[in-house]
Amino acid sequence: MGLENTLFESLPDVVTVKLDAVVNWARKSSLWPATFGLACCAIEMMNTVSSRNDLSRFGAETFRASPRQADVMIVSGRVSRKMAPVLRRIYDQMPEPKWVISMGACATSGGVFDNYAIVQGVDKIVPVDIYVPGCPPRPEMLVHAITMLQDKIMKESVKDRRDTFEPESRESIVPGTLPVTEGTALEKETEIEVAQNETSRPYTVPSRHERRRSY
Amino acid sequence: MSEPVPELVDQVKAKNESWVANYKFTFGELTIFVPRDNINEACTFLKNEKGFDMLADICGADRGPEEDPRFEVNYHLFSTQHYGRVRLKVLLSEDDPHVETVVTVWRTADWHERETFDMFGVIFDGHPDLRRILLPSDFDGHALRKDYPLRGYEPYSMN
Repeated sequence: MGLENTLFESLPDVVTVKLDAVVNWARKSSLWPATFGLACCAIEMMNTVSSRNDLSRFGAETFRASPRQADVMIVSGRVSRKMAPVLRRIYDQMPEPKWVISMGACATSGGVFDNYAIVQGVDKIVPVDIYVPGCPPRPEMLVHAITMLQDKIMKESVKDRRDTFEPESRESIVPGTLPVTEGTALEKETEIEVAQNETSRPYTVPSRHERRRSY
Repeated sequence: MSEPVPELVDQVKAKNESWVANYKFTFGELTIFVPRDNINEACTFLKNEKGFDMLADICGADRGPEEDPRFEVNYHLFSTQHYGRVRLKVLLSEDDPHVETVVTVWRTADWHERETFDMFGVIFDGHPDLRRILLPSDFDGHALRKDYPLRGYEPYSMN
């Protein structure tokens, strides 16, 4: 092909660059979002990948169903209080480097759902890199958010994106996200309170099988 | 539809006079007010002898904190044999929102009663596993009560 010929003719054999520049360039050129559709914004997210607004032009079309293989979590839609620990767990399961896009008014601030059931902004649960306004945002806006995220990635340092195996990050994975399945709500929920006091993070109560495993 | 209405009421009354506290027939729908102590027996009778083999729904209702029988529990019965419908209504006071479970009659009542407990705080005596089903297990209060604040009792925070 023509490009390789031109490159090899014009460039020397060895090129010296900053490591950050090369690694970040590789990272930003193949962002793999996690499939995390929560509400109507997910329809726009699907549309972003489809042929009209071809997200693969920017290297971010490979949506993975597993958080272990994903780089970007696009929180598309409202996050209920019951969904919050699940979302946090999926975020914790994603390996570094990882970024979060808060898509739409609901994920960003709760939107019109200013009530007891909806988390008022997903940034209370996970750190957010890009906020996309709109209800729902147009696919172009999500494409713009991806390109903005790519610009942001280029400014990062590789050193900041290490996988942390600190006790804190382990702690955040171990507590369960399923609701408690033992006992009735009529009884005083001391077990839940004890479980909450052990982990600093509320809404992550160890599920039954995880409690059994920890014996 | 207007024909079988008094018929069914009369049949229930013939079985046990105290099961029918009152009844209403409006818009082609029959509602029987059942005292809360008799709901299980009345449901057993309607299922086994009157062919109401399907419990379509159990839903609670809050008439407001100022009303005396504050809570309602409505049982929507349907018969797949003669395609009839009937609604049973139990009135409960705020101080003592207890009612007997009908899980022993229809097993599908399990989740319906859990939902009613979750949203209104109505306690179903004898329910095998009465705990929250829709709201998080550490939720404070009962969300569909009229005096429940829209934003909940304390603001959501992860700290």
